[in-house]
Amino acid sequence: MTEPRGPRRSRVSQHAADLPPSGIRKFFDLIASTEGVISLGVGEPDFTTPWHIREAAIYSIERGHTHYTSNLGTPELRRELSAYLERLYGVSYDPNTELLITTGVSEGLDLAFRAIIDPGDEVVSPEPSYVAYSPVVHMAGGKFIPVPTTMEDEFRVRPAEIERKLTDRTKGLLINNPSNPTGSVLDITTAQGIADLAEKHDLIVLADEIYDRLVYEEEGHVFFAALTEMRERTITLGGFSKAYAMTGWRVGYVAAPEEIIAAMTKVHQYTMMSAPTISQEAAVEALRNGEPDVQTMLEAYGQRRRLLVEGLRGIGLPCIDPGGAFYAFPSIVPTGMTSEEFAEQLLVEEKVAVVPGNVFGESGEGFVRCCYAASIEDLEEALERMGRFVSRHRKGI
Amino acid sequence: MEDVLRILESDSRTPPERIAQMTGRPLDEVRAILEKALKDGVILSYRAQVNWEKMGAAPVYAIIEVKLVPQREVGFDSIASRIARFPEVRTMHLVSGDYDLAVQVVGETIYEISNFVSNKLAVMEAVQGTSTHFILKRYKEDGTLIAGEDGAEGRLPLSM
Repeated sequence: MTEPRGPRRSRVSQHAADLPPSGIRKFFDLIASTEGVISLGVGEPDFTTPWHIREAAIYSIERGHTHYTSNLGTPELRRELSAYLERLYGVSYDPNTELLITTGVSEGLDLAFRAIIDPGDEVVSPEPSYVAYSPVVHMAGGKFIPVPTTMEDEFRVRPAEIERKLTDRTKGLLINNPSNPTGSVLDITTAQGIADLAEKHDLIVLADEIYDRLVYEEEGHVFFAALTEMRERTITLGGFSKAYAMTGWRVGYVAAPEEIIAAMTKVHQYTMMSAPTISQEAAVEALRNGEPDVQTMLEAYGQRRRLLVEGLRGIGLPCIDPGGAFYAFPSIVPTGMTSEEFAEQLLVEEKVAVVPGNVFGESGEGFVRCCYAASIEDLEEALERMGRFVSRHRKGI
Repeated sequence: MEDVLRILESDSRTPPERIAQMTGRPLDEVRAILEKALKDGVILSYRAQVNWEKMGAAPVYAIIEVKLVPQREVGFDSIASRIARFPEVRTMHLVSGDYDLAVQVVGETIYEISNFVSNKLAVMEAVQGTSTHFILKRYKEDGTLIAGEDGAEGRLPLSM
């Protein structure tokens, strides 16, 4: 046996080692070993992709469309997408230079940061925020700067709070609207405030609008790039996963000015080549004929949302009216537990899985994320169990 | 009231209390809507779709194409309502094309249905001819897949 010479080098890179571990790993194991768990811990629709979309994908396979596509995505999908964004939000993007089809918003996020971040650049983002934001910024060499929000403000960020975090290294603002995990939606006044900051400090706005079609408020969705002057500095990240129940297809898009799309496409062509061809053809069908499905699912989510939010309040957990996405984000402060204690004990004692709010950043402590993309029966049963749990653990009464 | 009707159309057992929660309407209003819908015939009936094959029974289903001679003043309505009243008839529509009525019938045996056709239906004066198609296999019934709907079983219990 040869003795190793000198100290052994780590096999894992420093930046990979530095990534935080998943905050929900232990819950996975707990759920796997428990019978009869109702999970409100999911982050995707419970609907199966509408049949006409699945059928279009089968047809695509039958015709032998099994090759790479253009790096940007199929011309057909980019044309449909351009028309769709114009129709919905009145913003027009050139399908040849300003749209890029990605393998979901996850890839879009990664590409965006790799395309705009130099080492040490900072990205400011309201928190609680989607779990991947900070790691993805970190992997691109940037620094993630969270701006805490509160339930009192309905988890809407105050532009003045953003401004306080800006430095000469701030490159971008990352805004998730509607928000995962809080369900909060951006109102036009706040959006305009953020836009003013972006203009004043010459910042790029990354608008993660994957939940744009799941908005329950009458005012509708604020498409950030539609605000005055914002089209030229906004990278919109969108997709098909939530609106058309297509999470497993891994297909999304980026809409941005030509210069940024060109930079992102360079990274994309070396790392991904192109989004899955079959998924892209399915996405074309979704855009052409999927609007009734979106409306049907939206109505169902809206009904479940009312049931869950009212139910949570009824068992003594304060909760904002989540204007979008499919999450409620109740405060668990009345129990005196930490988010993790609450989630773990709820799972052990009552077999209901929720996601502890602290995995979405420090300001998520004291909350849990409950997904209402579940059947009405499951939601009612989960509320019943959570009600028992909360009354057992309510402190100081 | 369309929202209330759509909820019931997907699950007729949904109690009024739950409908109220789901739609944000007051309970009294939901009750009033349900009462009126039934009274006005907007809701035709509340009942289960039973899959008798699962119970070991083997009912026989058939689709009968019926050609009619329309009658003065009443057209097809008079004869159609006579045919529709037979309990063997589950579903019946007046259709465009080569024949006039598409009649779906159910019976316990093939003979029951052929008796119905030859002794009741074909002998009516206004009936010009019939063509009976026995159903070999049912795939979907009133919007429900017989083999079961595609569920979300494959979904991960936790995802971000």
